Amino acid sequence: MAELEGDVNRALMLDGNSVAGLLGGVFGAEVTGCRCQCAHCGRADAVGTLLAFTRAPGVVLRCSGCEQVMMRLVEGADALYLEMRGVAFLRLERR
Amino acid sequence: MADKFVARGFVGKRREGARADRVPPGQYLTEDFPVLSAGPTPRTPLDRWSLAIEGLVQRPKTWTWQKFRELPSQTFVVDIHCVTKWSKLDTRWEGVSLDTLFAEVALAPGARYLTAFCDGGYTTNLPVAEVTGGQAFIAHTYDGRPLAPEHGGPARLVVPRLYFWKSAKWIHGLRLTEEDHPGFWEGFGYNNHGDPWKEERYSG
Amino acid sequence: MERLDWQLATVNAIRPENPTAKTFTLGLPRWRPHRAGQHYDLRLVAPDGYQAQRSYSVASPPEKVGEIDLTVERLEDGEVSSYLHGTVVVGDRLEVRGPIGGYFVWQPEMGGPLLLVAGGSGVVPLMAMLRQRRAAGSKVPATLLYSSQSPERVIYRDELEALGRGTDGVSVVQTFTRTTPPGWKGHTRRIDRAMLDEVLRPLGPGLLAYVCGPTLLVEAAANALVLLGVPPDRIRTERFGPTGQ
Repeated sequence: MAELEGDVNRALMLDGNSVAGLLGGVFGAEVTGCRCQCAHCGRADAVGTLLAFTRAPGVVLRCSGCEQVMMRLVEGADALYLEMRGVAFLRLERR
Repeated sequence: MADKFVARGFVGKRREGARADRVPPGQYLTEDFPVLSAGPTPRTPLDRWSLAIEGLVQRPKTWTWQKFRELPSQTFVVDIHCVTKWSKLDTRWEGVSLDTLFAEVALAPGARYLTAFCDGGYTTNLPVAEVTGGQAFIAHTYDGRPLAPEHGGPARLVVPRLYFWKSAKWIHGLRLTEEDHPGFWEGFGYNNHGDPWKEERYSG
Repeated sequence: MERLDWQLATVNAIRPENPTAKTFTLGLPRWRPHRAGQHYDLRLVAPDGYQAQRSYSVASPPEKVGEIDLTVERLEDGEVSSYLHGTVVVGDRLEVRGPIGGYFVWQPEMGGPLLLVAGGSGVVPLMAMLRQRRAAGSKVPATLLYSSQSPERVIYRDELEALGRGTDGVSVVQTFTRTTPPGWKGHTRRIDRAMLDEVLRPLGPGLLAYVCGPTLLVEAAANALVLLGVPPDRIRTERFGPTGQ
């Protein structure tokens, strides 16, 4: 079992669950249980599984498979920026 | 914006107004060195590391780690300011000034901007005029020890006069260009320039 | 989906769980039933406008109406946890938003067997799952594998002991990574593949695994479970920040 001992950066990494509130505000819906597909490698999984880098100028969500950027969010002074070039689709279930 | 509820007795991290002359507006002083990253720590072994300077230069050049460490190194003691609001004073680095590197490659006429590109895909953009004359360096040592991977080691760019997102970690090259090309955070919510003294945090 | 707005909760009770963890019972004006595994965001604003925000898993089951229990471990440099532990008293009000989370949740109708793997404060949402299991009268076999640094850091000790001793189908296996209780004969190392293999066997096939704790533990455990044959889509993970070292 490879354990990245001493990799402070990896230890600080979280997952999509940690930004559920932020994403919920953006989408107006709970999305961590929703499937999204990575536009880089095609892997599809719940938003909650995305790797989250929250200690950065913005939030960066990466594919848990290929680690490429799927989503970025920046909360600026007057606006919130959302970029999802790395998401091929996000499936929002209808209730 | 509606008035927020103030939590009784909460003041947060200490953010004294002391050192106002050295702490830009909206920043607070920290003693530790927070680790911030947009992605996992790249791991490039030194025998595969390289630094390239390319684009609008007369003699494009790539250095191996050994060659890079043979270049003249200086000690820099600088204040650093992160857009996430922490500032750290008197940080001590050793590195190679960009002036030294540019002298090796000779910038071509028209080289007005650079893009720093890094392991892991991060990029940031800077005007050449703001990284010459001792204003920027490629650091390999922090606080007397080899730069730790989580802080950008083996080598990172350090540009103390701008917000620290411009001080690109895990650097492996600089590309000189005529036009300005916004990097990873610039133009996506973050200011293209990033002067902490003018609080140029966001792009609006 | 209902919009999630901030609401002002009242601290109705504070109970120490151990020398470094406390459970805060918050009365919510707009409580609604949550699912075990969900969390609330908590926001603190200072007089000068400075803000800090954290997420805390709900420890209580949704059967506890009108209130939520949040168990918070005090981190050495923790800006918010220090405030909660050191300043907040019963009667204080705190801004919270929730319940939040749609992935790391368990409801009795999802069935089992359940393998719950906890590192440190990662035990909180898993405890909510066990509490809900009991409140709902569920009989699915459940095993909690819980790693703590020391006996003093164990949360819900008495309740876990009672659960493990009971005949309700819950098994609790603990491991300690730094210091152990006097006379301890159990595991004394980090959760690893061998330990997971041991707890997996009695549970049988078809299980649902939930892993929660510091990132490095979660990744190591989830990877090991996959290697041990648990289908990846039957493993759910929630990474917490590193514990105060």
